[in-house]
Amino acid sequence: MATAAATSSKQTVLQYPGAAPSVSARIHPVVLFNICDAFVRRPDQAGRVIGTLLGSTSSDGTVEIKNSYVVPHNESADQVALDIDYHHNMFVSHQKVNPKEVIVGWFSTGFGVSGGSSLIHEFYSREVQNPIHLTVDSGFTNGEASIKAYVSASLTLGDRQLAAHFQEIPLDMRLIEAERVGFDLLKNTSVDKIPNDLEGMESSMERLYTLINDVYKYVDDVVEGRVQGDNNIGRFIAEALASLPKLSPTAFDKVFNDKIQDNLSLVYLSSLTRTQLSIAEKLNTAAQIL
Amino acid sequence: MANPATGRSFLQAMTSVEEVAPPLRVVQMEGLAVLKIIKHCKEFSPALVTGQLLGLDVGSVLEVTNCFPFPTREEDEELEADGANYQLEMMRCLREVNVDNNTVGWYQSTLLGSFQTAELIETFMNYQENIRRCVCIIYDPSRSNQGVVALKALRLSDSFMDLYRSNNFNGEKLREKKLSWVNVFEEIPIKVSNSALISAFMTELEPDSPVTQCDFDRLKLSSAPFMERNLEFLIECMDDLTAEQNKFQYYYRNISRQQAQQQVWLQKRRQENMQRKAAGEEPLPEEDPSNPIFKPIVEPSRLDSYLITNQISNYCNQVNGAAGQGFSKLYLMKALHEN
Repeated sequence: MATAAATSSKQTVLQYPGAAPSVSARIHPVVLFNICDAFVRRPDQAGRVIGTLLGSTSSDGTVEIKNSYVVPHNESADQVALDIDYHHNMFVSHQKVNPKEVIVGWFSTGFGVSGGSSLIHEFYSREVQNPIHLTVDSGFTNGEASIKAYVSASLTLGDRQLAAHFQEIPLDMRLIEAERVGFDLLKNTSVDKIPNDLEGMESSMERLYTLINDVYKYVDDVVEGRVQGDNNIGRFIAEALASLPKLSPTAFDKVFNDKIQDNLSLVYLSSLTRTQLSIAEKLNTAAQIL
Repeated sequence: MANPATGRSFLQAMTSVEEVAPPLRVVQMEGLAVLKIIKHCKEFSPALVTGQLLGLDVGSVLEVTNCFPFPTREEDEELEADGANYQLEMMRCLREVNVDNNTVGWYQSTLLGSFQTAELIETFMNYQENIRRCVCIIYDPSRSNQGVVALKALRLSDSFMDLYRSNNFNGEKLREKKLSWVNVFEEIPIKVSNSALISAFMTELEPDSPVTQCDFDRLKLSSAPFMERNLEFLIECMDDLTAEQNKFQYYYRNISRQQAQQQVWLQKRRQENMQRKAAGEEPLPEEDPSNPIFKPIVEPSRLDSYLITNQISNYCNQVNGAAGQGFSKLYLMKALHEN
């Protein structure tokens, strides 16, 4: 739904693209970590940090932001200077490692879009079509962490460009990798050691146990009439329970015992190998010539 | 006492007495470095990649605050200078944005833990010449879909390094120093730390679900492919180990044969000498270095067998860990089924 306003006598039209852009962005946790780290390390006189975003664009308009680097800049009341050589050098270096990552936009810390940003955005739009501008609010204004992505459309009056209009686009935090590493490792300011196999297993099992307990309590409550039953939840629970494969006890026992035997034989094999290793080593080094 | 890593001037370094540095006890990594390493290794898996670690060396803690990846090189020779240029360029650029510009080691990805090679040791020695304390971080991307963050920090033990420099790996030296295959690599525990800002962000952004992908990976029942590959590698390594042991057997047999030959030759010489004495001539020397029987046979180096043993023990550990997890999962299934 595009609105247009006409000026006085000439037939110039103020173009205002009101339709929402079909671009959406997805950001990987590495980028967020990089930006925060750069912010913490910024030089004293700088109020914010600015840098380039690298990533790839998929065919349906989703932009994946995979990597980033900081670009030193100088900002004063009315002008902004960006170190373009540095930007190019870093880009070339990054390309050497991963040629598929291209420039998709730029980021800055701080809340909202400021005046100098439009100039920088213009610079980046010379590098890539329709760059994404990402703001990471490191000051936590409004008491919350806001990470927003914008694309800009320019408002033109005939041939002259009047202003740039930054429109927010949907941003998806793709935290799968962070989840894999484990939020405990990434959330606390210091973790004493990385959990090994069995410890991780233990914590997952504990979580599973709590989950099952919660579901059990919920079903109990609904049956006793304490809580209004929600049909959707009921259906989910029924689905989950039905997905347990139905095996007769003998068949299950057989499968179970087979697997246990396999595992046991593997453990036996590995212990045997280790004993073999220590014997071999004794023979090798303890043997004396003459 | 404080141990400044980057700030010593040349004069200071020359004139001060060599301080005994406290032994390295822990490697402290930033979440940023961990994520970057994981991202880089996973993107290029199954190819093996390397990268540089940057950070600070403080007392008994080695802090790793950032890292950057190395481009993969296909042909080594013409890109040798390129590689050095890339490194210098990256370090220079990172210094401009106040990142710690101090190399503290390198990281590499591995496939199921098969990283103990002679090249690793050589790279270690190269790094050790320039940097006093360096560490190698090994990441195994193939274990990450088991829900384990397979990060390990390694360094060579000092006694091993001395021995390597003297390039002397025969049995006596090793027995003297009591160096067995366990002592080659030292594993150092890793701590992870994050800045307050990023931990605030992460706490806000953590999704509400009580289960994460990590848990799903850990509770997966099918561990068979992982075990199979582990066993395959284990079998190959055992073959290598047998080959090495055959080499030793051959060596011992040669030695004993040579000694037997020497004895025979010595006997003959002695008899000749007795005859000569009887005839009044000069006795011939009892040794003859030009005779090929007396050529000393070189003892094969035990370095390879040590490395192979290390690999095998690593595989065994992994098998044990996975089997342990498998047991818990199976008993869980059994309990669920009974209900």
